[in-house]
Amino acid sequence: MNKPHSNKAWFLVLPVFILVAFSAIVPLMTVVNYSLQDIFDVSTRYFVGTEWYREILNDSRLQDSLVRQFIFSGSVLLIEIPLGIGVALMMPKSGKWSVISLLVLALPLLVPLNVVGTIWQIFGRADIGLFGWALNAIGIDYNYAANPIDAWLTVLLMDVWHWTSLVALLSFSGLRAIPDAYYQAASIDRASAWAVFRYIQLPKLKSVLLIGVLLRFMDSFMIYTEPFVLTGGGPGNSTTFLSQALTKMAVGQFDIGPAGAFSIIYFLIILLVSWLFYTAMTHSDNK
Amino acid sequence: MAEIHLKSLAHSYDTTANPPEYAIRQMDHIWHDGGAFALLGPSGCGKSTLLNIISGLLKPSEGDVLFDGVRVNDIPPQDRNIAQVFQFPVVYDTMSVFDNLAFPLRNMGAGVAKINSKVTEIAAILELTDVLNKKAANLTADEKQKVSMGRGLVRDDVSAILFDEPLTVIDPQLKWKLRRKLKQIHERFKTTMVYVTHDQLEASTFADKIALMYGGQVVQFGTPRELFEQPNHTFVGYFIGSPGMNFLEVKRCKEGVCFGDIAFPLSAAEKKALQHSTSNNLKLGIRPEFVHVWDKPNSQAQQANVEFVEDLGTYKIVSLTLGGVSIKARLQEDQKIPHQSAYISFPEQWLMLYIDEFLVEKENDDE
Repeated sequence: MNKPHSNKAWFLVLPVFILVAFSAIVPLMTVVNYSLQDIFDVSTRYFVGTEWYREILNDSRLQDSLVRQFIFSGSVLLIEIPLGIGVALMMPKSGKWSVISLLVLALPLLVPLNVVGTIWQIFGRADIGLFGWALNAIGIDYNYAANPIDAWLTVLLMDVWHWTSLVALLSFSGLRAIPDAYYQAASIDRASAWAVFRYIQLPKLKSVLLIGVLLRFMDSFMIYTEPFVLTGGGPGNSTTFLSQALTKMAVGQFDIGPAGAFSIIYFLIILLVSWLFYTAMTHSDNK
Repeated sequence: MAEIHLKSLAHSYDTTANPPEYAIRQMDHIWHDGGAFALLGPSGCGKSTLLNIISGLLKPSEGDVLFDGVRVNDIPPQDRNIAQVFQFPVVYDTMSVFDNLAFPLRNMGAGVAKINSKVTEIAAILELTDVLNKKAANLTADEKQKVSMGRGLVRDDVSAILFDEPLTVIDPQLKWKLRRKLKQIHERFKTTMVYVTHDQLEASTFADKIALMYGGQVVQFGTPRELFEQPNHTFVGYFIGSPGMNFLEVKRCKEGVCFGDIAFPLSAAEKKALQHSTSNNLKLGIRPEFVHVWDKPNSQAQQANVEFVEDLGTYKIVSLTLGGVSIKARLQEDQKIPHQSAYISFPEQWLMLYIDEFLVEKENDDE
């Protein structure tokens, strides 16, 4: 136990500490600061404890947004994950067509978020949009600007169009990493195509799917730009998700205190749910 | 159980190439029913290709594969009743060991009672009983390899089990254990087994007969002893044995063949073969084990320079040069280690004559 000790080593950690402090800790602490005080101007501020938190948690508009948000993220995961796996399974495994399908799949991912919103805003219009016009032409009364269900479905469809590719590309890379011997062994064992999927492909895809699920959950839970451009949160509040409600509160009404409390709760929810996903998916194989 | 007959078989991965490049050059070969065989050869000699052709994972570009006389070329692997164990253990990670072993039976629609009895029996033989309820993902490499072997053994209808370098990823101290297990399983079930390896020790401990492959062909098919004592191609001599056979390039002379001014007498059959051939590619081969090292000079012995001596623990290999050619000799236990020069002789019965790399039989049986 005679190792030389030198506290100078702490200086080596300092750059990282400063970086993390300015990128994460200081901004986060600012929010914490706002959420615990009522600030009128620089010299007039009151410590209010958990009052903003209680107010936020009891605000029915925010509760509605939260429910909406969970339904939205849940739907996104339930549609995009199986669909992405399905697309990956059907993709050509090698050769020219494989490259072409990879390129086509990558395209939606390259479109800027507000452009995606604009595309669908026009695409869905009944007068000049192909999608909206076609639906109305075959007798479906579709209007995303007036009908909440239509608006919902359009936002969901837009997200599926935009992000399924990500899951498909991740799954494709995961599938390509499975050694041929597994398929050969399965064929010798007379496994059905379903058994091959269930016992070889799905288990081997687990780690990439974990990344896919986490990314899609976090992104869809924080979705802002696309519905903002497409529906502006309407009709009514039907497509107002958490981030839009937060923005309204913080920069629209300038309720910095409650908005701070809201941010902290929002952050904790994402952290908690991501942790749950992660633990559920990594602990299932320890036995 | 089945006899596997490879009839005028050849395989090329790229049939459009001109001239065609063959991974397997045309061959006829029979694996007898119930034997334990090894397919031995250096990397890239085509042994895995051949194995995959037998199992049906690859379709041969020429020739036929016959199981008990029935052509199986167009029959897919799942219907050929073979089992294959791969280089890297293939287990179904999310299933328990029991479910892994039961998997082929369930796919065949076997009843619960049959599955239970068969899996328990095979698990006992493979010493997997303790881990039956464990998830396959959490097993060690050798246990996984046993599981993948077990999936072949649970089936009654298996006509052959093919092994593709199954011990590559197994720890050395477990290798011999698993190899012995394989041997026991063969003795018990008498299933035809073909074992691909590049390790001659593995091949000779497992197999009754070894097929040595080189350049897409089986150059010799024989018992480990035959391959050691009578390699019928210089490659067999070089590949089998540690170190491999010594070769002397020799010329024709009136006594038979000569290396420099040393004359080697030949048997009648050898002389005859030499007369029939016009080739000047003549070699004499002798195993390091058969080179006689004398303590003192004598009339038969040649003087060779000692280069160095390797101590391999239980025995020593001395490297010598004779007429500019390096020769290795294995010293007997408690034999004196020669310094600077050694006196060696080549016992006639162990000197093999090779014309164009192929062995000339000492006694001509067919005439």
